[in-house]
Amino acid sequence: MAHEEPKYQWVTPFNMITAIVLFIGLILTILRFTQGIGGVTNLDNNNPWGMWIGFDLLCGVALAAGGYVTSSACYVFGLKRYHSAVRPAILTAFLGYALVVFALHYDVGRPWKLPYPIFVSQGTSSLLFEVGLCVFLYLTVLFVETTPAAFEWLGFKKMRTWVVRLTLVLTIFGVILSTLHQSSLGALFMIAPSKLHPLWYSGYLHVYFFISSMFAGMSMVIFEGSMAHRWLHHKMDATHLSESTGVALGFGKAASFVMMGYVGIKVIGLAVDNNWHYLTTGWGAWYLLELIGFVLFPAILYSVGAREKNLTFVRIASLWTVLGIVLNRLNISLVAFNWHLPAADRYVPSFMEVGTTIFIVFLGITAYRVITARMPILHEHPDYKEEH
Amino acid sequence: MEFFTLHDFMTYTKGITYLVMGAILIFMPLYWLYLTDRDD
Repeated sequence: MAHEEPKYQWVTPFNMITAIVLFIGLILTILRFTQGIGGVTNLDNNNPWGMWIGFDLLCGVALAAGGYVTSSACYVFGLKRYHSAVRPAILTAFLGYALVVFALHYDVGRPWKLPYPIFVSQGTSSLLFEVGLCVFLYLTVLFVETTPAAFEWLGFKKMRTWVVRLTLVLTIFGVILSTLHQSSLGALFMIAPSKLHPLWYSGYLHVYFFISSMFAGMSMVIFEGSMAHRWLHHKMDATHLSESTGVALGFGKAASFVMMGYVGIKVIGLAVDNNWHYLTTGWGAWYLLELIGFVLFPAILYSVGAREKNLTFVRIASLWTVLGIVLNRLNISLVAFNWHLPAADRYVPSFMEVGTTIFIVFLGITAYRVITARMPILHEHPDYKEEH
Repeated sequence: MEFFTLHDFMTYTKGITYLVMGAILIFMPLYWLYLTDRDD
């Protein structure tokens, strides 16, 4: 490691906040599984999917796309200069998907029935079955892709060698599975053309979800890299520190190009459905805020940052894009969903739903910190430095 | 714009869509050049 490791401080403001959030989360978990879903949520027959699906699942899956984006850039397209970003991205993706499955238990209930859709009663004509199967397989792939770091930490050299040989196959499998389920999550909403506002509903919804997952993943890698650079600097070695700027600028440039393409296909969607007249309404203003304010603007910020080699611009753009993805997924699943209902029937998440979501986010951050503090994620293990 | 038949609607929307697609096809390579022209 490049730096002397400082003595770990247990009592810090962040650790205190984490402890409080995790404690409240445990209480909410007990309430959820003893009082039922009606006891802790504002869900009803009009809104059977709420914040746990809109944020924990849709945003969680989109923002975990950094795993397939980074590993395919490095191993499929041969961009080895991004190699140092692969392990953090894979770990984030693994934790993201694991927490998606974890969060799904809160929404679905009966955790012991989780294997049923895959092993007992397959609904092969359902998009949800495809999403479930892909998430099950991709979580397995991500787990296997995470194991080399664990094996290096544990000193299991032979097992590590076997798994590393599978890298390319796992990467290709991961890209295929991601293509399938990222798009299918968007396609889920195509069943409800009368419920979703026409500006968000489109026959290309699956394409929008998949394309946006690409720049969501790249932005998350940049954002997470800047956070690690700020807070876990002492865990990073010279290679990771020197490559982090190139990763941010390269991914920023790629994200900018994909985001411009995304804006283009969104405009095509407006043209195909002839939805221009909605743009002059209040919903249109909200739609334009999402598209211009949270896609076009960060795309331009990325481009200026990448051209001028301005890391601050790229990092701000990455946070802005992540917020934009959250806004887009919440718009589709909550805000523009059931848009025609009177205000009294609209869904607003309960404080216990919000609390559970915050609990799950903190669970992910805690797991990331615990793993990166021990395993060679942000630095190379000294025994394997020559391999890359 | 008023439509009386599905054909009217498709002709109008497809016409606009092709114009948008043409604009994108011209814009995206230029944007790529803008993004990469300072690369080493």
